[in-house]
Amino acid sequence: MRSETSHGTRRIVSRVVLYVLLIALSIPFVYPLLWMVLSSFKPANEIFAIPPTLLPTEWTLEGVSKIFTVMPFARQYLNSLYIAAIVTVGSVLVGSLAGYAFARIRFPLSGKVFLVLMSGMFIPGEVAIIPIFRWVAELGWMNTHWPLILIPIFGPGAVVSVFIFRQFFLSLPGELEEAGRLDGLGRLGIFARVAMPLAGPAVSAVAIMKFLAAFNMYFEPLIFLRSEELFPVSLALTRYQDGYGEPIYNTQIGATALTVIPVIIVFLFAQRQFVEGLSRTGLKG
Amino acid sequence: MSTQASRLPGGGTHRRPAPGGGTSKRLARIDAAIGMAFVAPVLIGAIVLGLVPFGYVVWYALHDWQPLTGQFTWVGSENFTRLLTDGDVWGSLLTTFKFAALLMVLNVTLAMGLAILLNQKLPGTATFRTFFFSPVIVSTVAWVLIWNFLVAKNGGINGVLAMLGITGPNWLRDASLALPTVVVIQVFKGVGMNMILFLAALQNVPAELKEAARIDGARATRVFRSITLPLMTPTILLVTMLTMVGAMDVFAPIQILTEGGPGRSTTVISYLLYRTAFVQQDFGYASAIGVLLFFVMLGLAVLQWSTRKRWVHDEV
Repeated sequence: MRSETSHGTRRIVSRVVLYVLLIALSIPFVYPLLWMVLSSFKPANEIFAIPPTLLPTEWTLEGVSKIFTVMPFARQYLNSLYIAAIVTVGSVLVGSLAGYAFARIRFPLSGKVFLVLMSGMFIPGEVAIIPIFRWVAELGWMNTHWPLILIPIFGPGAVVSVFIFRQFFLSLPGELEEAGRLDGLGRLGIFARVAMPLAGPAVSAVAIMKFLAAFNMYFEPLIFLRSEELFPVSLALTRYQDGYGEPIYNTQIGATALTVIPVIIVFLFAQRQFVEGLSRTGLKG
Repeated sequence: MSTQASRLPGGGTHRRPAPGGGTSKRLARIDAAIGMAFVAPVLIGAIVLGLVPFGYVVWYALHDWQPLTGQFTWVGSENFTRLLTDGDVWGSLLTTFKFAALLMVLNVTLAMGLAILLNQKLPGTATFRTFFFSPVIVSTVAWVLIWNFLVAKNGGINGVLAMLGITGPNWLRDASLALPTVVVIQVFKGVGMNMILFLAALQNVPAELKEAARIDGARATRVFRSITLPLMTPTILLVTMLTMVGAMDVFAPIQILTEGGPGRSTTVISYLLYRTAFVQQDFGYASAIGVLLFFVMLGLAVLQWSTRKRWVHDEV
């Protein structure tokens, strides 16, 4: 029979082991981000110093100061923000309308429409891009933001947001709409004044997923854009090359930190919404 | 009203009281029109940006199409016969499977391990959950660029190894190490998401069931194997499927970290497709590769769907 104290000691030991394990496992997740922020303030030649440093041995703004001169980075940041904002609003609109219709309205061929949407999802984006590339060129939209905005809002990827909204509206009690109807609201009024105001969780799930995806978009800009001042940040980051014949690693790392830090800060404040929203999209996707 | 209405997904669960008379018929018609208008944008999008492009890809695949010279001539099945004997294509398909399988195994295992650790209800686990999840919201490009520095020949990881007296390899320039290195970088990026899904599933296992097993004398590992794991199989299936499909599509990490090299050791199919179309400007052949990729993805989905009964405890 075990005594109370040995039981207690075992508990403490197992806790210590668990904490050590958790801390060790955290390193590959946290260290790169920490290293990124601190390395922005290192001289370029310290990035590959041996032994490696986490804290700069010599703090300098030499790298950071070049972020906006090597590239039109402010312009590129604005590009990313405005494209992501339009994509987010557009996706919530398109997704909520269709999701609501599938959940609440009886209309002909709805089953077939649903099938078409499902099958659209099976077509890999990098396959569909070949004809789309040709059309974009014919429309004169090459080297513009149009494909970067329209493809995420209306493309097969939009179906995920439709599923999220459909699922959400199915779970809303029908009585709420009944009350709206008795108040004399038509279908559009019920959608806009009764259903949508209650759809906060679905809206935030779709908005977070779509904003992140659009802000981080890489493939489409790579295909459709040529001019640096039209680049979004994700593409711009890969083009911080040694412009003056000398390494500017610290500048590239600083620019990367500038794109990551705001997202992390928003995440820390709205963590629950991020985790719930993204795992919901994972589940329903 | 159409007979289709009864097959409406989820339809009929919230039946409105059926009002009688002609006005209600008119109202139902208006309602149906509104419904169709609501789904129109996403329907048109899926057709114009999904189904129609796929039709065109099949059509292009039957042509020799070089946009640079303006050449667009019918070649029949030539691209497909070339495909069948093209070692590069089959090699890249194999590389893609290797990449996806390795990523799936590492990701799902690590995600499960992390979820179990976080489910121990220790004080402070919320902080660790934040740590593990944060790379999920970081852009792939940013994450990959940072790791590119860390795994460089004289980067941080080899620096640490050097302090231990070990000469580290050149991770991304070694034909046998490049692929696993990219996989590991991607696992750290995305495992937080799967961890959250597993954590939710773990917390959904009824405590009474585990308690009952424990009273019957089952040890913790036995409870996990016989109670927790079977109840989690739907989640495991889902997570495995999503991870696999996501990994088959990998592009940015390959393009940024290795450009398919060294040699062809990390040339996955989507990267080969990109190079064939947008670098070599051989759109006809790229389309044929696209058709192949489509059927591979479809085959995978069918395979996973049809084998689910064998190992899923219960459909939720």
